[in-house]
Amino acid sequence: MTQQTARIVFFLSAAVSAMAAALVFGFLLVFGFPLIGGGEFFSLLARPWSPGQGLYGFLPMITGTAAISFLSIVFALPLSLGTVCFMGGLGPARISRLVDGFVRFMTGIPTVIYGFLGIFLLVPVVRTLFTSAGSGMCILSASLMLSLLVSPTMIIFFKDGFDSVDVRYIQAADALGADSVQRLIYVILPEAWPGIVTGIIMGLGRAMGDTLIALMIAGNAVHVPGSILDSARTLTSHIALVSASDYDSLAFKSIFACGLTLYVLNAFAVIAVRKLGKKRGQAR
Amino acid sequence: MTIRILGGCLRVFSWGAVLVLTGSVLVLLGYLLVKGVPSLGRDLIFGQVDVLDAVLLKKRVFDGLFPAIAGTLSVVALSVGLAVPVGVCAGIYMSEFATVFQQRVFGLMFDILAGIPSIVIGLFGFSGAIFIHKYISNDFRPCLAVSVAALAFLVLPYITRTTQAAMQGLSIQIRQAALALGATRVQNIFYVLLPRSFSGILSGIILAIGRCAEDTAVIMLTGVVATAGIPGSLLGSYEALPFYIYYISSQYTDAAELMSGYGAAIILLGVCAVLFFLAFLIKRHLAGPAGPARGRFHG
Repeated sequence: MTQQTARIVFFLSAAVSAMAAALVFGFLLVFGFPLIGGGEFFSLLARPWSPGQGLYGFLPMITGTAAISFLSIVFALPLSLGTVCFMGGLGPARISRLVDGFVRFMTGIPTVIYGFLGIFLLVPVVRTLFTSAGSGMCILSASLMLSLLVSPTMIIFFKDGFDSVDVRYIQAADALGADSVQRLIYVILPEAWPGIVTGIIMGLGRAMGDTLIALMIAGNAVHVPGSILDSARTLTSHIALVSASDYDSLAFKSIFACGLTLYVLNAFAVIAVRKLGKKRGQAR
Repeated sequence: MTIRILGGCLRVFSWGAVLVLTGSVLVLLGYLLVKGVPSLGRDLIFGQVDVLDAVLLKKRVFDGLFPAIAGTLSVVALSVGLAVPVGVCAGIYMSEFATVFQQRVFGLMFDILAGIPSIVIGLFGFSGAIFIHKYISNDFRPCLAVSVAALAFLVLPYITRTTQAAMQGLSIQIRQAALALGATRVQNIFYVLLPRSFSGILSGIILAIGRCAEDTAVIMLTGVVATAGIPGSLLGSYEALPFYIYYISSQYTDAAELMSGYGAAIILLGVCAVLFFLAFLIKRHLAGPAGPARGRFHG
């Protein structure tokens, strides 16, 4: 293989992989066009879902996604911050290493298993504890389970933030006689905030992007949820559920609008995280 | 004084967080094992069919997980086989040839692709199938080939990024020694840089295998079905373990079916755990820590 061919092969691979992101976007746009075209996209976001009356807005899915993912972050944030503080000096070193390994292992647990166990273990508990939760398939159940899914992601990014704190700052604090708590509160936490924000964004992205947990244990009812004990449908489960029906219906086309919304939210998250990373790079 | 109280609270809080997090996961997995282990056995996988007959495809297995396992294996092997060459080559380009501008633009695209929720990748595969159905061949519908292509998209940025990170992590001495002796850049890549970063790339590939094996959202839109038997062709539908678990959880008719769902969940968890530890060991023993294994979005 000559220099030039090798180089061309490498370049084409990179270009094709990079184009893949654009290709996905293009397909969503083309297939969703009948519904999105004519500048109707934004009004879709705010309209209710009522196929009988010809309304294909996905306000219920937007609110469902927002409720479930924000609530899961509310549960996951203290867990993740506490765990990363534990690994950042508050816990014994040996246990910290163990916890670190366990957290990484958690990233490998399939989400369909969380969904499966949610149905048979968590949902009955929620049903018994809260009588108004109906079947127990509700926002609360889904976000509790989802918080286990997003915690490892958040912890890994938080820990990156902790590790990126300039070692001279830590040594200076040590030299002044700071103990592990003081070092954490006065030096590491204030310095590690870009990592913490990054972790929260990634966690939110992961929570919004997950399909199986919400699909299996949030109940999938199409209405704007009124409380955390209501069942709800997310953008992702909407895509999973509608696909079976008629290709040419507007209901079917609406899933492409959902896909597009998820795509755009993700792209914003990625750009925000990259900006944060750059800021951190400049600060050092 | 306040700092002491605050510190005490923080300590208690961090212990509590660790206990709640690890405790709840251990309870979940423990429950799965307690409920599911009794169902594990030859019958769970092969039903009433003789093992040899099933593996040699002489008889179809109707009441066992064998078709789902075979389906998962084929979809994983094909999609990783498709994604690895392209992903590794793209990673090499990113680390060795790309200009700063290209690194920024391509890198952004890879990050966006990596973050796309897997159900959206599934939707993309599905719309691709509709496209072919409408404009090229009327017989074409969601099938193994579509799933394979969509899953390859899913893990492609992941493989590219691990390759890039593994190669960029090499020291400047290793990068320049062969060049100084007169090797060409391509020789340097194939004889020095790739072998040196092999373990990092390999552990990335193993984690990508895990992503393909566990993924449910992509395949449920692109060709997986509840009963299909052993995958016979790229254009047919197939069964897969994660989809079986999802399907059983809502459609089970009796206790025995539910038990096979628990069994399938244990097998899937076992496969993912083995792959995870394999990646961990490779990273640890072959080259020390290469780039950090990041959790990515999926679902």
